[in-house]
Amino acid sequence: MAAADKVDPIHQFQIHPIIPLHIGGYDVSFTNSALFMVVTIIVASAFLYMSTASRALIPGRLQSMSEMAYEFVGNMLRDAAGKQGMQFFPLVFSLFMFVLVANLIGLFPYFFTVTSHIIVTFTLAALVIGTVLVYGFAKHGFGFLKLFVPHGVPGYLLPLVVAIEIISFVSRPVSLSVRLFANMLAGHITLKVFSGFVVSLSAFGVVGIAGSVLPLAMAVALTALELLVAFLQAYVFAVLTCMYLNDALHPSH
Amino acid sequence: MGPHGAAPFHGQGNEMFVTSAFAQETAPAAAEGETHAGTAVPAEEHGTFPPFNAETFPSQILWLVITFGLFYLFLKRVVMPRLGGIIDVRNDRITQDLDHAARLKGEADAAVAAYEQELAEAKTRANTIGQQASDAAKTEAESTRKKLEAELEKKLGEAEASIASIKAKAMKEVGTIAEDTTSAIVEALVGGKTDKAEISAAVKSATR
Repeated sequence: MAAADKVDPIHQFQIHPIIPLHIGGYDVSFTNSALFMVVTIIVASAFLYMSTASRALIPGRLQSMSEMAYEFVGNMLRDAAGKQGMQFFPLVFSLFMFVLVANLIGLFPYFFTVTSHIIVTFTLAALVIGTVLVYGFAKHGFGFLKLFVPHGVPGYLLPLVVAIEIISFVSRPVSLSVRLFANMLAGHITLKVFSGFVVSLSAFGVVGIAGSVLPLAMAVALTALELLVAFLQAYVFAVLTCMYLNDALHPSH
Repeated sequence: MGPHGAAPFHGQGNEMFVTSAFAQETAPAAAEGETHAGTAVPAEEHGTFPPFNAETFPSQILWLVITFGLFYLFLKRVVMPRLGGIIDVRNDRITQDLDHAARLKGEADAAVAAYEQELAEAKTRANTIGQQASDAAKTEAESTRKKLEAELEKKLGEAEASIASIKAKAMKEVGTIAEDTTSAIVEALVGGKTDKAEISAAVKSATR
């Protein structure tokens, strides 16, 4: 039973205050989550800043990586939202880098994964949708509502189609945030479970240690998979952001 | 934790995980868990799946807004202008270099064309010069040959004429010698004076 008690796949998601802080009746303590947000932005900023410090004409490896990320996101946004969309480049680039680095940092053992909390991903998604709404209405006024009225739909179908469009728009922040959150959560639980098997099995002597080879291999494979997922989810988040921003720029499909 | 049996893992009940987490906190072998900043799990977190614990939301939102806001500003103000600048400079440089290379290539092509033209001209010129030289040499050789031949012809004629005159003179002298010899022989044999005319007639009849 001692072995079983040691392994708790959910424990890694616990949030505990490091510096307790209460403002206006809200608990806004500096927690381990906040700590890793700070770590995330410091790592990402430091990498981007230092790798480009020499401004080399012929980039080194690190500068190459920064440039690749920059051009990758830039091309993504230009493809999805056109030249006009480039005004949102800083937003999309920061979102991509933040999510990517948070995901990658979360892969280190004992580290907290910022993006495994729905409130974090939802806040980021709300930022995206909020930008879409504010910009859309500011630019097009009520013309932005044309977003919900596709062209060429017969009149009798219009109410149904508009309803579907509205539902799909409203579910965007939900799907955007849940996708990232659920992927990170599930991945980390799975990793933890398989690593837990290794620990638990090795407690049962020689046979257990021999038997723990399989879950160990599994944990290694899953780590590779999670690395892919970490990148992929940051990419998906950025791509969807670009597509939603395109709606704000060109509401009438 | 007793009723869970020998299986190392059990179902995913939240309460169970949290309680086992709590057990881990208190267990002496607590090293096997996650990072803890030295604090125990706050009591109010018990019973809730951590990502759905609304009590942590204000703190997470606030710190996310702060950190992400700073990150956004830093990228927008510092990193992205720098990266954009690097890439622009490089693109400019590449365009410049390509232009330069195209210009140099044009120059090289022109130089090659000029060289080839000059080469062709030189070749034709060389051919003409060679032809002329060979023609001139031929005509000169021809005239020299003709001149030599004419000279030789003339010398041959002169030689023949001189031979003929010498021969004629010799033939004329042969008669005189024969007459002298005959008169000498006759004097020696017969003695006395010999008639010159008689001997001359005899020699003439003999040589004929």
